[in-house]
Amino acid sequence: MELSICMQGIVKSFPGVLANDHIDLQVARGEVHGLLGENGAGKTTLMNILSGMYRPDEGQIELFGKPVRFESPKDALAKGIGMVYQHFMLIPTFTVAENLTLGAEITRGGFLDRSKSESMVKELSKKYGLAIEPSAKVQYISVGAQQRVEILKVLYRGAQIIILDEPTAVLTPQETEDLYQTVNALRKAGHTIIFISHKLNEVLRFTDRVTVLRAGKVVGTRVTSETTAEELASLMVGRSVSLHVKKLPREVDAEMLKVENLKALDARRLPALRGVSFNVHAGEIVGIAGVEGNGQTQLVEALTGLIRTTGGTIRLDGEDITHFPTSERFCRGIAHIPEDRHRRGLILDFSLAENSILGYPDRISLRSGFRLDMKSIRKFCAKLMAAFDVRAPSPDVMAGGLSGGNQQKLVLAREFSRCPKLLIAAQPTRGLDVGATEFIHNSLLAERKRGAAILLLSLELSEIMDLSDRILVFYEGKIVGECLRETTNEDEIGLLMTGGRHEVLIH
Amino acid sequence: MKFSFTELIHRITDRKSWLESAGMFLGATVVGLLFGAIVIWSSNKSPIVAYTALFSGAFGSLYGFTEVLMSTTPLLLAGLSVAFAFHCGLFNIGAEGQLMLGGLAAGWAGYAIQGLPWYLHLPLALLCGVAAGALWSLIAGALKAWKGIHEVISTIMLNYIAFNIGDYMVSSNGPLKAAGIIPATPYVLNTARLLPIIPNTRFSGGIFIALVMAVLMGYVLWHTRLGYRIRAVGKSPSAAEYAGIPPRQTMLLAMAISGGLAGLAGAVQVLGLSYRFSSTFSPGYGFDAIAIALLGSLHPFGIVLASLLFGILHAGSVKMQQTAGVSNDIIYAISGIIIFFVALRGVLVNFQSRFSHKNATAKVQK
Ligand SMILES: Nc1ncnc2c1ncn2[C@@H]1O[C@H](COP(=O)(O)OP(=O)(O)OP(=O)(O)O)[C@@H](O)[C@H]1O
Ligand SMILES: [Mg+2]
Repeated sequence: MELSICMQGIVKSFPGVLANDHIDLQVARGEVHGLLGENGAGKTTLMNILSGMYRPDEGQIELFGKPVRFESPKDALAKGIGMVYQHFMLIPTFTVAENLTLGAEITRGGFLDRSKSESMVKELSKKYGLAIEPSAKVQYISVGAQQRVEILKVLYRGAQIIILDEPTAVLTPQETEDLYQTVNALRKAGHTIIFISHKLNEVLRFTDRVTVLRAGKVVGTRVTSETTAEELASLMVGRSVSLHVKKLPREVDAEMLKVENLKALDARRLPALRGVSFNVHAGEIVGIAGVEGNGQTQLVEALTGLIRTTGGTIRLDGEDITHFPTSERFCRGIAHIPEDRHRRGLILDFSLAENSILGYPDRISLRSGFRLDMKSIRKFCAKLMAAFDVRAPSPDVMAGGLSGGNQQKLVLAREFSRCPKLLIAAQPTRGLDVGATEFIHNSLLAERKRGAAILLLSLELSEIMDLSDRILVFYEGKIVGECLRETTNEDEIGLLMTGGRHEVLIH
Repeated sequence: MKFSFTELIHRITDRKSWLESAGMFLGATVVGLLFGAIVIWSSNKSPIVAYTALFSGAFGSLYGFTEVLMSTTPLLLAGLSVAFAFHCGLFNIGAEGQLMLGGLAAGWAGYAIQGLPWYLHLPLALLCGVAAGALWSLIAGALKAWKGIHEVISTIMLNYIAFNIGDYMVSSNGPLKAAGIIPATPYVLNTARLLPIIPNTRFSGGIFIALVMAVLMGYVLWHTRLGYRIRAVGKSPSAAEYAGIPPRQTMLLAMAISGGLAGLAGAVQVLGLSYRFSSTFSPGYGFDAIAIALLGSLHPFGIVLASLLFGILHAGSVKMQQTAGVSNDIIYAISGIIIFFVALRGVLVNFQSRFSHKNATAKVQK
């Protein structure tokens, strides 16, 4: 087996955390190597070291048998290692081709050669089967397409080894399928790929071998075809994890949320919601299924007051809240787990304590009048961290220093702690490891039992199927189907999601 | 990595460790003074003689030191003004214009309002200065909040309007001009003056007002809900919006407070030193304030130190000019280098992390 990467004895610590503790990792040439581990196990840190972002405290890296040291990500890229981060780094107002060539522009006589860069991008995209429109502005293309641009970007710079950090967390099932094809094509072309994911079924499908990290150490490497999801899960967590939740039958209560004929526009001022009506009862989980971009985002923003509606009404517990500002809605008992934790849910430059009161209605006793009582806020934050197993040295560290999953857990802890009447959970388990996902699913069910009305949005159909009592299917800004969990199946929902005729299908 | 003006400001103003801030402060000061020394030397003067004169002017006598504090006062208030806006993500270049109008309003209130005892008149006149600065900055705030016009553009333009209003008011047939040939308003009444509190000096104690403001600003920013909201909007408007903090109102409020501080700087200067408004009363305090805010890492304590440094340069340069024959313009070159140095750091960090995905992680690595 010819090695493309050999990392030996890698140690990296941050103030208060040993993120990587003597890690050895060997990746063969042309293999897809999975990297698994709990939130905060050190995967991203290890890859940041491999891609030149961080310098290790100890340890060596060999690339194709030769020892190397990276001064910067640029240096690592020049030596053939490219990383696609979970949070993209594209310039929204530039075209795909401009983004791709940025920093290594194709010029003629000192000027940008636009047509040449566009044809080059076309060629590259054809070569790897990464469909992309070179002249499209990045802000108007889908998340999946943006990711393809990121992958092309590292390929364009000649990367032999490509690191994908939780690439599927933001993808729709269809886009994940496309990524699978891409990864296969890259492997055939002789590239080495490191693939990080928390979704075990993906890891089993995408990879040749898997290395599992726990608390900064390697706990084992397995050949994918010889292992199972259960084995990987227990390697990661150190105990066995149930991959599906057990749900008790619901006890439907009063109507908590009633939405009638709701209309709203998207950022481009095109109709995104075209008259949506539904309700959610106390003690009920209503799942929203749909291909991304069919109005789900706008529904959440309209319900939480982040965008203005252009028609219709929203009633919470009988009260018309259609025109209430966001803060009033929080006071009335809405909690919101946003789909984008970096843009909405957290302020990365704030401490965990400061983040733990983000969006707290003014009347909560943590804040006495004008003053912020930092001492009790810190105590409150520590309580949240303990309850949701947020792994961080103290409430005073910056949120930006936490691993992705731990950031998500902090948001969840904060929103659950409100004891909401209506909980809007958008992608609640995005980026969480299997153990934490299990915990969150159980917490959602506990909230349901307590009598909260829960609106659940997820790109993962299986999550919706597992948790929901009722499922609404969105298509082009409308609800095209409403199904009871007991009487429906994934195929039916999948068909509705792509615009299949619902009149025929509703039983 | 997106390279934009706003991004650069974020880079310069990111929350830094104490050590890093102190290092930047010292580094910038040393580089600035060295550069000044080279310029002095290249004009065939001795930098040692010049700097000795400068520092003995500043610290050699009680009078000299009170002059330092008098120069520090408007710089400190204006520096706080710029920093406060920065904390809400706003770059207030308009401190100079707000300061000008603050001085004008305070000067007017100082002579036009009559028959009040000092303990009403003085606060009222100061308040007029605060209000004028706040209202002026609110124009820029409103343009930003509702029309999306960048505050850098609008505050620069508003500066020129403010300067011209100031000039007009005391021009030969301006409405507020005192009799005589000097383009200034009448002297303010004694009841509106911050009078000297140390005999044989001009020391008015305005510095204490400024220091109280510095402490107050630290308290408001880090220990009150208002400050939390302002910083939240400054760090992430979209997250603030998610949390139900209205970004527009918050920006307006922060802008008004920032303008009010600049207005207070002008008022303290007019009521405590010149006792009347003339349109040349500020040698550019509002512009120095930008360097001071950045050099002080936007923290009130840092700003106190930075404004003291600039106060020393300003006050000491008088003696330097007299005894060493070095033009006091040199201190503008020094402050320019300091700004350059501070901004350079932002640019360097920016290049360093061109490929980094989140500046939080990049920051730890540095
Ligand atoms: N820049 C940083 N500053 C401080 N601590 C950090 C920093 N980056 C990572 N850490 C810490 O190092 C540990 C490992 O983090 P890392 O991001 O590598 O985890 P991960 O395995 O990628 O987790 P996740 O699955 O949640 O993304 C965590 O405890 C995290 O808090
Ligand atoms: Mg990670």
